[in-house]
Amino acid sequence: MTDERTESIGMRESALFDRNVIHEIQRKAREGIYDIRGFGAKRKVPHFDDLLLLGASVSRYPLEGYRERCNTAVTLGTRFAKNPIELEIPITIAGMSFGALSAQAKEALGRGATAVGTSTTTGDGGMTEEERGHSEKLVYQLLPSRYGMNPDDLRRADAIEVVIGQGAKPGGGGMLLGQKISDRVAQMRDLPKGIDQRSSCRHPDWTGPDDLEIKIGELREITDWRVPIYVKIAASRPYFDVALAVKSGADVVVLDGMEGGTAATQDVFIEHVGIPILSAIPEAVDSLKELGMHRKVQLVVSGGIRTGADVAKALALGADAVSIGVAAMIALGDNSPEYQEEYEKLGSGAGYYDDWHEGRDPAGISTQDEELGKRFDAELGGRRLANYLRAMVLETQTLARACGKSDVRNLEPEDLVALTIEAAAMARVPLAGTKWIPGLDGKTG
Amino acid sequence: MAAAEQTVEQVDLSRSTVRELNQRLHDAADGGPQSWRITHPNGLHAIGAGINAPLELEIDGHVGYYCVGMNKEATVRIHGNAGVGLAENIMSGTVTVDGDASQSAAATGRGGLVVVRGNAAARCGISMKGVNIVVEGNVGHLSGFMAQKGALVVCGDAGEALGDSIYETHIYVRGSVAELGADCIEKELGEFHTAELTGLLAEADVDANAADFRRYGSARKLYNFNIDNADAY
Ligand SMILES: Cc1cc2nc3c(=O)[nH]c(=O)nc-3n(C[C@H](O)[C@H](O)[C@H](O)COP(=O)(O)O)c2cc1C
Repeated sequence: MTDERTESIGMRESALFDRNVIHEIQRKAREGIYDIRGFGAKRKVPHFDDLLLLGASVSRYPLEGYRERCNTAVTLGTRFAKNPIELEIPITIAGMSFGALSAQAKEALGRGATAVGTSTTTGDGGMTEEERGHSEKLVYQLLPSRYGMNPDDLRRADAIEVVIGQGAKPGGGGMLLGQKISDRVAQMRDLPKGIDQRSSCRHPDWTGPDDLEIKIGELREITDWRVPIYVKIAASRPYFDVALAVKSGADVVVLDGMEGGTAATQDVFIEHVGIPILSAIPEAVDSLKELGMHRKVQLVVSGGIRTGADVAKALALGADAVSIGVAAMIALGDNSPEYQEEYEKLGSGAGYYDDWHEGRDPAGISTQDEELGKRFDAELGGRRLANYLRAMVLETQTLARACGKSDVRNLEPEDLVALTIEAAAMARVPLAGTKWIPGLDGKTG
Repeated sequence: MAAAEQTVEQVDLSRSTVRELNQRLHDAADGGPQSWRITHPNGLHAIGAGINAPLELEIDGHVGYYCVGMNKEATVRIHGNAGVGLAENIMSGTVTVDGDASQSAAATGRGGLVVVRGNAAARCGISMKGVNIVVEGNVGHLSGFMAQKGALVVCGDAGEALGDSIYETHIYVRGSVAELGADCIEKELGEFHTAELTGLLAEADVDANAADFRRYGSARKLYNFNIDNADAY
């Protein structure tokens, strides 16, 4: 889908009104409605690519690749839960709803994650047998909609995640359009088939941090204090929100940056609300440190994590683990060139396809269509995901060893420099080759 | 029944913790006392949350937030008032409050019956998914917000934005309605609904005549997005 046209003299594309903007104005004028889509932010924002790791040399020594151990295991939920979650790798699978994804795709996420010793997460729509059955460690989300919420699933979950926000849409509710509401999805959500489902943006039975603390108390009572309780927030005011989550009794804080993926959200929301994860992690870590809770309440971060380099840099900034959504879908087979022709028929292309809300995904992943769903092989998808996760972990270890770390979580801000002034200011690490951290004039927070 | 099975287990919450009580109530699913009397609840939170057995509970006094949250099968009577989120996400069983209930009573409930003898505050039955709720007094604003399934019976008056963005819940109100929410309209009280209402009033042990109620439900205009309805959002 590369555009063959090139600019010639006398045909100058406006930076403000580029072809995408013009196309969108024309579409809005025709249809009178905003654009809804899946995927994460497509605009360029300061990200982990704007940071570099400083390898070891004379002043510190590296570890031998392939020989010296570099630990990747991490335990989440050590604060209050009787049974914290022990992960073999610091990469988890983010919450993606059954409804947004096919049952087969959910199964594949479980298979892949379990093969490498990490956790998967349910989503807005409840827990399916497929994912419970194939996920050794499953995190059960409690969302404002409470679709499918029930105490039996709470009791068979390995952790509970109270979802307050999602990076793609801080302050927004969920959306599952009618075309994806099959009989099974409708039945799980107690709604008629074929109607749009607008999940609310606020929880129905609590408002504010004082209530949240009591709500978390109730969840602990129902589960006899066995499992960890995570609180997931969208990155917007992380310094304060993390403090309030900790005050409310969270065992783990999940922080999702504005780059974070979604199954269906207004484009204007995806691109214009929230802050990049790069800028959110230092604020969150500051907050945890001030409360004496860094590493005691674990921090899981997400939003555009693609490679072991992203993982290493997120950990270096102080996260305990990361979480992936879009990358996991791509690993399963979404946007695969195998379906190029069919993506084109949908007016898109492999590598561009983001109409996950429409339910016509040729790869059988973001769909409830039975025929499309059958195309997707959960076993194969699971293997691909496991391969991808293994490769990312190897990358992370390679970088950690190069920095002389025997545990990936020993990476630290001191191992990082920034390539741009923006990234230096946001990540609070010096601009490469300088001692300059813009904005850090003795103040934090 | 053997005499032992009929004994009522007494728990005084001024001497024992909610945690101890709840653990015992959960363990009772595998055998143990079936009848419980709880004293000095003193507004404590999450009393009886997560019960998973057909127990009988009498609670003497006022309870805090999320009393018997997510109840399955138990029959519970609260001789007092209830805090926020009474019987939230109830699955089955019956919960009766002699006094008033605070906000979000029976929120997201998926089955069973919740009866409030006094008034229920704002957001009663918010996002309800199959529970039946009978309130003898009034309900506050935004009651039945995004209500999906089940029935909400209000013997007194209803506050503003009743049934806003409602799906398939049946709402019955005997008194006045301050204002209907988006997409909520008055509907005819036909035979089917009269029978449903009569049944619920009897089940809740409320002396009222179904013919005195009006029925409200969804106009179903917001079910699929239509740009012409944008002002309703
Ligand atoms: C298809 C899809 C469905 C999602 N569904 C949910 C959901 O149900 N609940 C939730 O909290 N987040 C949901 N998310 C957001 C993810 O949990 C996560 O925050 C995000 O994908 C992380 O960013 P990344 O996709 O760039 O890795 C969804 C994301 C995607 C891509």
